[in-house]
Amino acid sequence: MRRCLVVDDSRVIRKVARRILEDMRFEIEEAADGLEALQACRRQMPEAILLDWTMPVMSGIDFLKQLRQEPGGDKPTVVFCTTENDVERIAEALKAGADEYMMKPFDGDILHSKFAEAGLI
Amino acid sequence: MLNDAEHVLIAREVKARTGALITREMCGSASVRLQPLARREGFGSVPELIAAARIRPDGALWNAIADNLAQSETRFFRDRQNFEQIRSTILPEAMNRRGHERVRIWSAGCATGQEAYSIAMIVEEMRAEGRNAAVEILATDLSERLLDKARSGLYTQFEVQRGLPIRKLIAHFEKAGDLWRISDRLRASVRFERHNLMQHPGQFGQFDIIILAHVLTSFDQPTRAEVLERVTDVLAPDGAIVLGLGETLPEGFEALTLERGIARKIKTARVAAA
Repeated sequence: MRRCLVVDDSRVIRKVARRILEDMRFEIEEAADGLEALQACRRQMPEAILLDWTMPVMSGIDFLKQLRQEPGGDKPTVVFCTTENDVERIAEALKAGADEYMMKPFDGDILHSKFAEAGLI
Repeated sequence: MLNDAEHVLIAREVKARTGALITREMCGSASVRLQPLARREGFGSVPELIAAARIRPDGALWNAIADNLAQSETRFFRDRQNFEQIRSTILPEAMNRRGHERVRIWSAGCATGQEAYSIAMIVEEMRAEGRNAAVEILATDLSERLLDKARSGLYTQFEVQRGLPIRKLIAHFEKAGDLWRISDRLRASVRFERHNLMQHPGQFGQFDIIILAHVLTSFDQPTRAEVLERVTDVLAPDGAIVLGLGETLPEGFEALTLERGIARKIKTARVAAA
């Protein structure tokens, strides 16, 4: 079963995303900020990462920039999931190495669609 | 919820206007979809709206009811495999056949326009890759309400996230408050017109590619065959009709063959030999 790391400081969002992604047959690991996510990736790189932008300790964008420098850090498919919806922010995320980008609020249909566009399903 | 008499009445009036089938099972959702119309027209409930439609002689309320029950479900790049086929083979083949003439594409039953704009994005990307893509895109629907939205090119955040890859979103759209607006160039590249599929589309001329995805399912079996026959009439000899994934040709419909969602005309010689 493929693994997806869900990175969000909101427990509610992590829970919602977990439920949808488990239905899509992903095994889920959770992280509450970018640093926790980085530590999880260093233990084992997941196939997919669902990533919030604004988080305490380390933001999603800083995590992503660092992840792409790590050994094997080019492998995970990263889908941003954030309230940031300015075109400039989206372009910044893509430049930093995001594969897809979804704007909150989201539902199962959008998550499914974005994972399909990222080639994850 | 509508009672049996109201259902029979609505089903008859909608079918007469648009050909669409309203089954007993659809009554719950139909009732919900008619509530805003009932409120706008000053009625306390959907049954009151229907009662008024019965006695109003000009049929305007029935037209509005049929419009509000028109199939509106669509999304950008719906049935991704179909759009991949259009991009990789169907459109390039049509361009090669046409030479310097324009390739003509019709999105039939376009609802709020996402499929037509998806084609327009493909064409623009082909041009950016240096391909001289001369293409005309017509999109039609019977509902002026849906066409108005399509013409506006404005979509909600939910709508632009269903089927549209993020790179296409930032390449072809800009933020407009809480909404996203498609570029003026793409908006200008699609012509939206009202057309009822119960009528012959001959006035629009002949098309190389016709998108008729998830449209026939609105009709009963005999009407499906009639609509498809009219649409086939305006398909160029080597053209393609794109149906929705999983859709099949009506039973006994022999003018087309269907392969992976794409229907093409059977050559006359093959029909004669069969």
